[in-house]
Amino acid sequence: MARKAVAAQRKIRVLVAKPGLDGHDRGVLVLARALRDAGMEVIYSGLLPSPEKVAQMAVDEDVDVVALSLLNGAHMTAFPKVKRLLVKAGGGDVIVVGGGIIPEEDKPKLVKMGITGLFGPGSSLDEIVEHVRTRVRKERWGVRAHA
Amino acid sequence: MLRNGREAYWRRKAKSIVERRAKAGSLYDRPAMKEVRKGIKQWQESVHGRWVREHPESEKEYQTASGIPVKALYTPGDVTDHDYADQGFPGVYPYLRGVYPNMYRGRQWTMRMFSGFGTPEDTNNRLKLLLEHGETGLSIAFDMPTLYGYDCDHERAHGEVGRCGVNVSSLKDMEVIFDGIPLDKVSTSMTINAPATILTCMYAGVAQRQGVPMEKLRGTVQADMLKEYIAQKEWVYPPEAHLRLVRDLMVFCTKKMPQWNYISVSGYHIREAGSSAVQELAFTLADGFGYVELGLEAGLKVEQFAPRLSFFFNSTMDFFEEIAKFRAARRIWATVLREKYGVKDKRSLLMRFHTQTSGASLTWQQPLNNVIRTTIEALAAVLGGTQSLHTNSYDEAWALPTEEAVQVALRTQQVIAEETGAPNVIDPLGGSYYVEWLTEQMEEEAYKYFDRIDSAGGLLKAIKSGYLQREIAENSYRLSRRVEDGKDNVVGVNRYEVEEREPIKTLKIDFRAQKRQVRRIRGVKKERDEVRVRQALAKIGKAFENEDANSIYPMLEAVMRYATLGEIVQVGRDIFGTWEEPVIV
Repeated sequence: MARKAVAAQRKIRVLVAKPGLDGHDRGVLVLARALRDAGMEVIYSGLLPSPEKVAQMAVDEDVDVVALSLLNGAHMTAFPKVKRLLVKAGGGDVIVVGGGIIPEEDKPKLVKMGITGLFGPGSSLDEIVEHVRTRVRKERWGVRAHA
Repeated sequence: MLRNGREAYWRRKAKSIVERRAKAGSLYDRPAMKEVRKGIKQWQESVHGRWVREHPESEKEYQTASGIPVKALYTPGDVTDHDYADQGFPGVYPYLRGVYPNMYRGRQWTMRMFSGFGTPEDTNNRLKLLLEHGETGLSIAFDMPTLYGYDCDHERAHGEVGRCGVNVSSLKDMEVIFDGIPLDKVSTSMTINAPATILTCMYAGVAQRQGVPMEKLRGTVQADMLKEYIAQKEWVYPPEAHLRLVRDLMVFCTKKMPQWNYISVSGYHIREAGSSAVQELAFTLADGFGYVELGLEAGLKVEQFAPRLSFFFNSTMDFFEEIAKFRAARRIWATVLREKYGVKDKRSLLMRFHTQTSGASLTWQQPLNNVIRTTIEALAAVLGGTQSLHTNSYDEAWALPTEEAVQVALRTQQVIAEETGAPNVIDPLGGSYYVEWLTEQMEEEAYKYFDRIDSAGGLLKAIKSGYLQREIAENSYRLSRRVEDGKDNVVGVNRYEVEEREPIKTLKIDFRAQKRQVRRIRGVKKERDEVRVRQALAKIGKAFENEDANSIYPMLEAVMRYATLGEIVQVGRDIFGTWEEPVIV
C-alpha cells in the first residue's frame, strides 16, 4: 500500500529514442514535449543511437518506459533488438512502447513481444500519453487502471 | 551569413519594407485612393460590420499556417504603397513574377518523380517505367545506409537496406541503376547529402563507362549540408568538415561539370521537420547565402557558381501562403545577391527551384484524400512558378508508393499542365491584393530572421547551438497541438473520421534485397585490385588532411577502382570524427 502511494506521486520516467539510421525526428521531438507537458520526466537519447545504446541508457537512467520511434521501415529488426538487449542489460521489466510507420501486419508480432502502442501518423498525442500512463500504472506500480 | 558579420543590412531591409509604404511611388493614383479608402471604411462599418453582428464568425482570429493574422478582405488599401518597380516583369530583376520571360509557355516545368527502392535492379525498372509514362527527369531516392555512408554489409545497415530508397554501396550498383538509360539524354537529381561527393563521382563514373564526357552531364546533387544539421539530420562528420567537402565539389564542378547543379538548397526538409512557411523561407535562403560565402571563400566568383545553385521548396496546404512564399523567395534572393554581394550577372540573380508536395501533409487515414491534397499543393507550386515538380503518391503515409499510386501522382501534374490552363498565364495571381500583401509580409519576416541569425553569431553558430533546430521544434509542437485541440482541421484525422477499412495495397520491400546487395558487394571486393584500392583510399586521406587540397580527384579515382561508399566515408570518419547534435528538447 505504501509503495503504491509513493508510486502515485512519483513522475513517470520515459526514455524516448529512435534506434536506427533515421534523422526524421519531428515525431519524437513532439512526443517528448507532449510527455513532458503531461508531467513525465523525459530523457531523449539523441539521434542515431544503436539499439545497444538505447538499452543501456534505459537501465542507467532507471526509466519506467522506453518509447521507440522509427519511420524507416526497420522496426521489425530494431524494436525486438532493443527489447532483447534490455533483458540482457537487466531491464527486462522496463515497458517498451513504439510508434512510427508500422504496417498493420507487423503490429501483432510486436505486441506479442510486449511492444505496444504502435501509434502511427495522425495519432492523437493525448492517446499516446494515456497509453503510456496506463501501462506504467498497471505493470510497474500495480495501480488499477481507474485509480 | 555563415559567420557573424554584425551586419545592419538585414535590419535595414526589414525596416525598408515598412518604410517603403511612405514612399512617393505607388501603384495607385493617390487622390483616387482617398475615395477608395473612404469606400472601404464605409463597407467595413455599415455593410460588413452590421452583417458580422448577425452572422458571428467562427474564429476569433484567422491566421495563415505560419501564424500571420489575416483579415477577412484585402483591398487596394493594403497595397496602395506598393511600387510596380518592386515587382517588375517575368525574366527581369527582381524576378518576383518568374524567372523566365514567358515561363511555362516556353518551357514547361520538369516532372521529376522521386523514386528508388530495394535493389538497383528494382530501381532501374521503376525509372524506365516512369520514363515510359512521360516523366521528363529522373530523381533518385537512396536508402538510409547509403545516406549515412554505410555499406549494405555494415552492422548498422541491418534491416534498412533498400527500405527507404535504393541501396548504393559501390560504383557497380550505380551501373545497374542506370543500365540502358543514356546519361547524355536525361537529367538526374540525386537526393544525397553527407556522401554527395562520392555519389557525384559514381555518376560521373557511370557516364565514363557509357562513353559520355563529364562536361555533358546534366542534373542535380543535393549536397545541402547546412539543412542536414537544421532539419534532415543525416550527417556523418562535424559541420566544418562537410562544408569543406561541399566546397571541394563546388570547385571541381565549376571546372569539370559545368552543367551540373551541385547544391540544391533545400527548404523541403526544413518544412517537413515542422517549420512554418516563414521559417522555411528564411532558413533556406540563409543557407543559400551561406553557400555564396563558402564559394567566395574558396576563391570562386559568384557568377561562376550562383547559376549552379538551385533551390528546393515544399508546397503544403495553405494555398496562398505557399504561393506568396515562392514569390518572396525569388525577390529576396535577387535583391540580396545584387545589393549585398554586388552581383550583376543576370543568371546569378534568378532563383530556379524544384518543388515537392508535402509528405507530412498526407494522412494515414482515408488515403485517397491525399490525391486531393497533392493536387492543391501542386497547383500552388505551378502558380508560384516552380521549374520542376514532384507530386507525392497517396499511399506515402503508409509506405513507399506502389506503381499505381505513382502513376496517379504523375497524372496529377499532367492534368494541371494540360487541362487547367493554369500554365498559360505567367504569375496569374500577381496583383491579387492578398497575395501581394502576403508576399511582402513574408519577406519582412524573413529579413527579421536573417537578422536574428546574425545576432545569434551567424549561421554556423546558430546551427551548432541548436537555435534553428529549436525554432523548428517549437513550431512543430505548436502545429501538433493546434490539430490536437481542434484549432486546425485535418479532414479524416480530427474531422469527418471514419472507421478505417482494410488497408490499401502497399509496396512491400523484399527482405531479400539486403541479401542480394551483400552478395554483390562481396563479389565487387573479390574482383577488384585490392592494392590499388588501398592506394586510392590513402590518397583521399591525404587530401582530407590537407585543407587546401581538393578531395574530389582522389575520390573519383577510388570510386572507379570500386572502393566502396563505406570505405571512403570511413576515411573521413577517422580524420574528421563524427557529430552529436546539441540538445533540442
